[in-house]
Amino acid sequence: MSERIVPLVRKKQIIELSDSGKRTDGRSLTDYRKITIQTGVIEKADGSSIAMIGDTRVAAGVKFEIGDPFPDIPNEGVMQVGAEFVPFASPDFEPGKPDEVAVELARVVDRGLRESKMIDTSKLCIVPGKKVWIVHVDVYILDHCGNLIDTAALAALTALLTSTMPEACLEGDEVKLTGKRLPMPICDLPVNVTLAKIGDKMFVDPSFEEEEVLDCRISVAFKENGMLCAMQKGESGYLTVEEVLRAVEIAKDKSQELRKKVTEAINVAK
Amino acid sequence: MDKSTVTKLISDDGIRCDGRKVDEIRPIKFQLGVLKNTDGSAYVEWGRTKILVGVMGPRESHPKHLALADRARIDAFYRMASFSVEEWKSPAPSRREVELSKVIREALQPAVFVEYFPRTSIDIFIEVLQADGSTRCASISAASLALVDAGIPMRDLVSSIAVGKVEGKLVLDVQDKEDKAGESDMPMAYMPTKNAVTLLQMDGQITYEEFQQSMEMLKKGCLEVYKKQREAIESHFKVVEPASEEA
Amino acid sequence: MVAPGALLAEGDYEAGFNVYHDGEKLYASMVGLADLRNGAVSVIPLRGCYLPQPGDVVIGKVVECISTAWMLDIRSPYQGVLFASEFLSKPLNPLREEARRFLDVGEMVIANVIAFDRTRNPSLSTKDHGLGKIQRGTVIDVDFTRVPRIIGKKGSMISMLKKESGAQIFVGQNGRVWISGKTRDDEAVVAEAIRKIEAEAHTNGLTDRIREFLLSNRR
Repeated sequence: MSERIVPLVRKKQIIELSDSGKRTDGRSLTDYRKITIQTGVIEKADGSSIAMIGDTRVAAGVKFEIGDPFPDIPNEGVMQVGAEFVPFASPDFEPGKPDEVAVELARVVDRGLRESKMIDTSKLCIVPGKKVWIVHVDVYILDHCGNLIDTAALAALTALLTSTMPEACLEGDEVKLTGKRLPMPICDLPVNVTLAKIGDKMFVDPSFEEEEVLDCRISVAFKENGMLCAMQKGESGYLTVEEVLRAVEIAKDKSQELRKKVTEAINVAK
Repeated sequence: MDKSTVTKLISDDGIRCDGRKVDEIRPIKFQLGVLKNTDGSAYVEWGRTKILVGVMGPRESHPKHLALADRARIDAFYRMASFSVEEWKSPAPSRREVELSKVIREALQPAVFVEYFPRTSIDIFIEVLQADGSTRCASISAASLALVDAGIPMRDLVSSIAVGKVEGKLVLDVQDKEDKAGESDMPMAYMPTKNAVTLLQMDGQITYEEFQQSMEMLKKGCLEVYKKQREAIESHFKVVEPASEEA
Repeated sequence: MVAPGALLAEGDYEAGFNVYHDGEKLYASMVGLADLRNGAVSVIPLRGCYLPQPGDVVIGKVVECISTAWMLDIRSPYQGVLFASEFLSKPLNPLREEARRFLDVGEMVIANVIAFDRTRNPSLSTKDHGLGKIQRGTVIDVDFTRVPRIIGKKGSMISMLKKESGAQIFVGQNGRVWISGKTRDDEAVVAEAIRKIEAEAHTNGLTDRIREFLLSNRR
């Protein structure tokens, strides 16, 4: 996918249009496409969400599993993000082993959530040093029309925010489920903003056709208090130091708008 | 463990656990042309981090359908030896290694004139022999020297370093101990003469102001690495006297 | 000595080989020796791979026979193609004759490059005088960046090598040298002399040292 053939005519059009601050789909350079978030769509999951940015559609499901803690953090549960590319989401996706694009996506989304410390993992401990909750957050790319990172991050975040966790107790040496459900120990609401560099302009929320011609992208995750918690430059172009500073400034601004969308979706779910 | 017995990683007068100042890099030693069977190679000792890089190519792409019509295909393979870390590590590539291979490739690609060699492959093999923090930075910096050694045309060298936040202070060139205990890690790769940031990642928590400060430190740090890279090139290709009889 | 990214000149200079423009500035793209000639800045590379140019004479090794052509390893990222019509004096009918009968895998030829633009493999020909299949002697591989040094200024080094050794020597632009002497010993001495040139390429008084080496090793 990253080794695509750039349609040069398209690139020229996109760059020249951006000189007057416009984009091929009528947005300004800092506009997101329409964002819709639907939570609680999969009843069998402990939490779920389908997020759409424009036509890009990502489903996220949360599943709790009892497992062993990491030896260096024996009293904390574990959250891990996986990404699956469903073959019908794009002609470029191939069934089978997740390739580096999927691995990068999963890890970027994972870092944004993890580093914000949005989940109080100490509350995911069942038996200190022995048994903890493993929270699987799996994102499924259903339709790829650009900006998978932000869409997947939104889906994962809203699935987690609307999750409930099973209650477990110790009976003798055995861990048993009580059948009751507990609220998720949520501490923060991190969102991720991706910009593409095309020519000398930064494009918020790149569409598929913009991604086809981009030089590189930069994704920045922000905590509720405005702190940065993850960042990733991707693809084979470069940014100047000044462009990096500008991109992060724009992203910081946009992160508030995204968070508002998330809050709205969560309130609807409640 | 009782919090008060934990040794501090930075003393009150700003000295780090290995004796460095907050903006001081570790001793870095690059060496070019260390392998016989590659087209170009480099070795780096970066503090206790030890990495060997070999470049093969440009050569015919195999399998052929992977060849690109208008440029060379670059691939990077970042691997950690099973004995490179405290615990035994499975030699099978982890998700981390897959991602790092991708971002390392993307950090080097802007430097290479890939359009000079359509339909060929340039493979960059990175073997981390010992990991003590900043392995991606050391890998990128050494790989760009291996590319030079392979005689592959480039716009500039790529220099890389990381800034971390340890006990609330920003520190340059994080080592393993600081990375594990630190609040954040932010590696950058940079082509100094092009003012081009080719890799930028961050995890952990920093304020917007700390981010701006980090960018400044990273730029300075990369320039220091750049200087060491150039010195390594000079000492490797040292020419006794200019060849007056050159055709 | 310069490395990639080194600023070479600013303003009214022409970019020669291994040099690139960025606005008004000229930078090196290769590690090598900076060279200013007639207003053009170039870098004479110290490392690199061979890229064919039309007119180059190269030594190739057959790696594949296809119905009416041979693929040749020419120590380049691109394999050379030698069509039967550029090698044989009569047409080859692939239905009746096998290409391998004329030139087999592993055999070597001296050929010139007749066309190359990187989008297709370089086309080779052995039609000119002195080209064709190598029948005797030995072939050694050398660093292609040292080829100019092995030939020497106006052919000074190669003429001396031939004169002092009595061997026939041909230096392919792609870093392969064909040596054909009276005895295998003669060939070995020439090969050793060429290795010496390769190693000491950028030092002064090399021609004299190589001459002494040949004289003292002649048996």
